Amino acid sequence: MTETRVVTTQVADGQKPLKIRKRRKLTWKAKLQRYGMGSIAILASIIVFLLPFLFILFTAGKDRQEASLFAFTPPSQWMLWENFIAVLETRNYMVVTAFWNSIVLTVVAVSIMVILGSMVGYVLQRRKSRWNPLVMLFVLAGLIIPPAVVPTVWVMQSLELYGTLIGLILIEVTFGLAFTVLLIRAFVAAIPKELDEAAIIDGAGSMRLFFTVIFPLLRGVIVTVIVVQAVTVFNTFVNALYFLPGEPTVQLTLYNFLSQSGNQWNLLFMNILIITIPPLILYIFFNRQIVAGMTSGAVKG
Amino acid sequence: MTATATPPTAKSTTPPRPEGKQKRRPAKSPYPLWFYIPAGILFTVLFLVPTISSFYFSLTRWSIFDVEFIGFENYVQFFREPALVQGFINTFIFGFMTSGLKVILGLLLGVLLTSSVIGRGYLRSVVFFPVLVSVIGVGFTFRALMDPFDGAINTALGWFGIDGPGWLTDPAWALYSVALVDVWRGVGLATLIYIAGIVGIPQEYYEAARVDGASAWRSFWHITLPLSWPATSTVVLLSLIGGLRSFDLIWAMTRGGPGFTSDVIASVIYKQYQAGFYGLSTAGNVILFLVVTAIVVPLSMWLRKREVEQ
Repeated sequence: MTETRVVTTQVADGQKPLKIRKRRKLTWKAKLQRYGMGSIAILASIIVFLLPFLFILFTAGKDRQEASLFAFTPPSQWMLWENFIAVLETRNYMVVTAFWNSIVLTVVAVSIMVILGSMVGYVLQRRKSRWNPLVMLFVLAGLIIPPAVVPTVWVMQSLELYGTLIGLILIEVTFGLAFTVLLIRAFVAAIPKELDEAAIIDGAGSMRLFFTVIFPLLRGVIVTVIVVQAVTVFNTFVNALYFLPGEPTVQLTLYNFLSQSGNQWNLLFMNILIITIPPLILYIFFNRQIVAGMTSGAVKG
Repeated sequence: MTATATPPTAKSTTPPRPEGKQKRRPAKSPYPLWFYIPAGILFTVLFLVPTISSFYFSLTRWSIFDVEFIGFENYVQFFREPALVQGFINTFIFGFMTSGLKVILGLLLGVLLTSSVIGRGYLRSVVFFPVLVSVIGVGFTFRALMDPFDGAINTALGWFGIDGPGWLTDPAWALYSVALVDVWRGVGLATLIYIAGIVGIPQEYYEAARVDGASAWRSFWHITLPLSWPATSTVVLLSLIGGLRSFDLIWAMTRGGPGFTSDVIASVIYKQYQAGFYGLSTAGNVILFLVVTAIVVPLSMWLRKREVEQ
């Protein structure tokens, strides 16, 4: 432990700490917190968060009979591959089609959402105009008001968007905008306005200011928005059910294994495993950036 | 703002803009209002129009073929439905319970995970992970884990001699069980928002407090808590709104059962929609809209006012 340990009860990357009087006491406390709290938290996290996923894995490897017992035991014989194939083949490879639909939906919808959302969030935070109360009202309305299902179907039918993937993409963008704007607006507030002013003095126009100065600084929150919204869109259930009938998306495939004549829990859990892979990859890929992005967003002048 | 805008002549030293529009409006604000327009069009067509027209449609008997104006009959019918009163109360219980727990746990985890505990990276990942998993998948998983006889939770409780309740089959428990699973699933997002808020607090405040001899508790109470207020208001609003509108998890776990005991307004709406009562379902939408607005709007105004005061 070097001297820098003294002040690290809070994250203090690269800080040059002052030498402080009560050093020994703080170190002792910090150690207790570091190891004591950490151990408790890790133990609790294993029980609360990891065991349910272990259960999914176990059940996905069982045969139908054994899975229906719900016992929290490893399968007597691992059947992960057989179950995987069985899930893929169900209803003429419906999972594959559903995957393609969901990935197209997610990529396109989230891209549009991020660009439109940060444009709104940025201007909303920076510029005081008489439109702000109205925009803020719409943002809150978008967050608060549950979408009116049947009238939305009616509007989409008259625009011939109902039952098309493009229609569902636009729906997801619309429903996700409010949250995106709110999150981005909060983070734009943390970017010092002096930066804008400096860029303007250097001759940057509004487009340049936004896309080359502000947008890169928003990277941290945008990564967060992407991860959260991509997961939301990928996991969309009700919207797909209402607005894209006839075309499968991944969440709807789970219902293939529930029926009156008996549930196939092993295949159901295998299906959960399969559709969790894309969000998992996304998270592994972006995890470091989420944390780094958010910490760097905190750096102030 | 406009005072700081550069005169056009100063631009000659910079590379040409991609748009080249700037010359026309040299004294304009650098924050163009047209940035609102693309999002505004989508929002108007796919959200505002359906929402506003829902007020009209809720006053009609609406089927696939025709729309007939019937006044407030849908609302009367809706309030006569025994499930609605239950669903109405349940909506509040579910919303406030999940939102309160997410704020408390999210703040605690946020503080813990910005301190120097061991395994911080692991903990951050694992707490956030359930946010990624499909809601329906989570619902089915806990349906199996919460099985009253064979489920892992009651088996584990049995080792300690505790006779676990029928989490999802006992009418007194079903709603709370689903709410707990919702917290399990959503606390990672709350924690993430708190982490972002807490690391955004300048270290100088903590240093100053430390120099003044403030304890960790006082630092938390007087620095972390007030300065992470924007995070708190975001978490409160998002989880309350999500909780009051919650549908997916309830549908996957109990379908509103047993009986109507874990129905919320959103699931009642869906049941009416499934039955083909479009006008009645839309009336349910309007009721949910009014309920959520009556709670969230005053709350968000209060939260924003406090945010400004900071």
